[in-house]
Amino acid sequence: MSDNITNILVVGVGGQGVMTATEILAEAAIALGHDVKKTEVAGMAQRGGVVSSHLRFGPKVLSPQIAPGSADILLAFEAAEGMRWRHMMRPDALALINTGNLAPPVVELGLFEYPADPVGEMRKSGARVFAFDASAIANGLGDIRLGNTVMLGAIADHLPFSAEALERCVLQRFARKGEKVIEMNRQAFAAGRAAAAEAQRTQDVREAVSA
Amino acid sequence: MAAVMPAPAQSRLLMSGNEAVARAVWESGVKVAAAYPGTPATEMLEVISTYPDLYSEWSVNEKTSLEVAFGAAMAGSRAFCAMKHVGLNVASDALMTLTLTGVAGGLVIAVADDVGLSSSQNEQDSRFWGRFAHVPVLEPADSQEAYEYTKLAYALSERFQTVVILRMTTRICHVKALVTVGERVAHVGAGFQKDPARWVMVPGAAQKRIPLMFQREAELRAEAEVSALNFVEAGSDRRVGFVTSGPAYMHVKEAFPEAPVLKLGLSYPAPFEKIRAFAATVDNCVVVEEVEPLLETELKAQGIRLAGKDLLPRSGELSPPVLKPAVGRLLGEAVAEPEQKPARAVAPLPVFPRPPTMCVACPHLGVYYTLSQLRNITISGDIGCYTLGFGHPWNALDACISMGASMGMALGLDKGRGESDKDKKIVAVIGDSTFLHMGMQGLLDIVYNKGNVTVLLLDNRAVGMTGGQDNPGNGRDIHGEEAPRVDFAKLVKALGVKDERVHVVNPYELPTLFKTLRDETKIPEPSVIITNQPCVLIQDYHKLKPFTVIDDKCTGCGNCLDTGCPAIHVTKRDSVVKPSGKTVDLAFVRIESSVCTGCGLCVQPCAPDAIVHADKVIQIKALQRH
Ligand code: SF4
Ligand code: SF4
Repeated sequence: MSDNITNILVVGVGGQGVMTATEILAEAAIALGHDVKKTEVAGMAQRGGVVSSHLRFGPKVLSPQIAPGSADILLAFEAAEGMRWRHMMRPDALALINTGNLAPPVVELGLFEYPADPVGEMRKSGARVFAFDASAIANGLGDIRLGNTVMLGAIADHLPFSAEALERCVLQRFARKGEKVIEMNRQAFAAGRAAAAEAQRTQDVREAVSA
Repeated sequence: MAAVMPAPAQSRLLMSGNEAVARAVWESGVKVAAAYPGTPATEMLEVISTYPDLYSEWSVNEKTSLEVAFGAAMAGSRAFCAMKHVGLNVASDALMTLTLTGVAGGLVIAVADDVGLSSSQNEQDSRFWGRFAHVPVLEPADSQEAYEYTKLAYALSERFQTVVILRMTTRICHVKALVTVGERVAHVGAGFQKDPARWVMVPGAAQKRIPLMFQREAELRAEAEVSALNFVEAGSDRRVGFVTSGPAYMHVKEAFPEAPVLKLGLSYPAPFEKIRAFAATVDNCVVVEEVEPLLETELKAQGIRLAGKDLLPRSGELSPPVLKPAVGRLLGEAVAEPEQKPARAVAPLPVFPRPPTMCVACPHLGVYYTLSQLRNITISGDIGCYTLGFGHPWNALDACISMGASMGMALGLDKGRGESDKDKKIVAVIGDSTFLHMGMQGLLDIVYNKGNVTVLLLDNRAVGMTGGQDNPGNGRDIHGEEAPRVDFAKLVKALGVKDERVHVVNPYELPTLFKTLRDETKIPEPSVIITNQPCVLIQDYHKLKPFTVIDDKCTGCGNCLDTGCPAIHVTKRDSVVKPSGKTVDLAFVRIESSVCTGCGLCVQPCAPDAIVHADKVIQIKALQRH
């Protein structure tokens, strides 16, 4: 983290809840006394297009944008979108990637190809990546919309504050939606956290083997 | 958004610049607020509409919104209107005269420049309108300043009896940062004071107001010299000092924390003497501004020696990594890449493009699908979601410039036909809200001048692109309350389109749509085809039972893909050689049933009836098991 500022870039496809997730991360940072800036581009891009949300927090934040090569964490809700934003990462940054694919119409029409192995490409470029299928986890828990919370669970152990602090903010969001929704999100958060830990374990093994 | 409204004074809230402005408008005791939605300005009015005790509205266009706000300001009340940069072009007609009358109650126009063009047809610098109209421009740099400057703008507006432009950019409007808010202070309007010499701008009266406008401008310049909004931050490294405004200030501070900075909050009229004195204290002076070299040109004309756009980009957003190497070059430094460390900066990995596209089951899908099936037509388009029809798979839009322009352009395409397009059918496409915004006049012109144009009026009962805001076409006002609803068929008939040339069509009924379009384009008269299904993002839209594809029946023809519905995905590609010797590409598909709304569009071009309701398949499977 440079100059005591943490840069988190959350990316995905319009409609995936990228902005909400970033908002919750921002709330957690505020609750812990940080200065916060959060920005994204809205409007036309939201119609199934590329969405990226910048979150910066620390003692004092000036520029709202994360500069290329300076994101501490890349949280990608879609695998190819992780690739698209790879260049934003610091050399020692971590990418948390949902391997659930979303191909856009131009790919479905055969005009472009979806990369065969987006995560592999990112690793080849030297990035440290923890990847797992957050969409499948969310579906397994009964609602694709839980993907959001799964991803937040995944990032929880990699922040400069405790996972519990983030979980509190996540659950607060759903406080008025009833115990069932809260419980589902609690599970989604835990599942995301476990998936990231598991991805880290296999990644560590891989690195140990290749070293 | 929801957290903003009722928070008590002294709360620290995470607010976007738009939300911060809205809060300040409310706290300033504003009585009337109006806007037409437009990214990145939309949320200002959306949030204002949630506050009690002030009147808010979606106007039909920006000019009207300014006129409404002005009326209230004329009556002595505080008033507000918001728009995106291109909106001020529309409102400029009103602006250029109300700079002469001035205002009684405070009037602030918040203008949001789409620097970097995230969702606009051009990138323009609205600060020019301040110069053009000789009215002051305030430029906040973040949410807190957006909040504070809005309140100051009202004080300034009333003190100098002028409209004030609050210039925002995407990176203020849509950046969330912490804001400490205050309390609402009531503001009581004096009521309208009759004064024809001031409020009736006939030539004789207007002429007398012009010197007053210039006098006001001179007084404002003097104010800028002493205003606390224009301040110097002394720095320890005097090799280069910066004159800057708006969010560019943040980038400067981050990139050059040791450099002296003169920040202009009240940037027009610029405080020349303050800037001259500042420039004398540094070795090099650099103006950092988004987008145009506006200040730079003015300051150079004053004989102040400085650099600006010779170093920095002329378009797009500025940021610390843009500033650092540019200024480093000026200082003759070996220019390092943005991040020094062992950072071998990673080049972007190649990935397919992901352009925005229409929503699953969007009512416009059928229209563009049909247009793409028609031959020999030229399609003149407009601003809104249906602009996306220019992309794949439809490729069915030939032109688009600005809101409401589709019909005038279509008439021009008709009247200006060349030899090669003498038999072309001309179609204009426009949305409901867009039609009401500026389109009606274009249609009237087509009718009046006997144009041979078929107009597709896509009524989806919302301002779709900006998120489904209400308008006179859907019978709800800004609060979601019932309002009179325009009858488009009657309206276009009233503009002179013949009864038999007006058709209302369900855009999901492809055969009817196709036949109506083909027939109407053949008839050399103005005709209007109105489609009548709601945007899928608004409350009027109701989901039906989702569809699925029976794999065994799918022949891979890919016809359903041509509708462009994003719920349809290819599972396998293949190719076959036909008896004719021609190779045909096949694409076998599946439907993502969790997002399919059951609109039934893709079912229609599917020849082998491979697309059926999902529950039927489950039933069939269940039967097989027994
Ligand atoms: S927002 Fe509405 S109008 Fe726009 S693409 Fe989606 S469904 Fe269509
Ligand atoms: S029926 Fe077909 S076109 Fe309509 S939403 Fe479902 S997949 Fe899309």
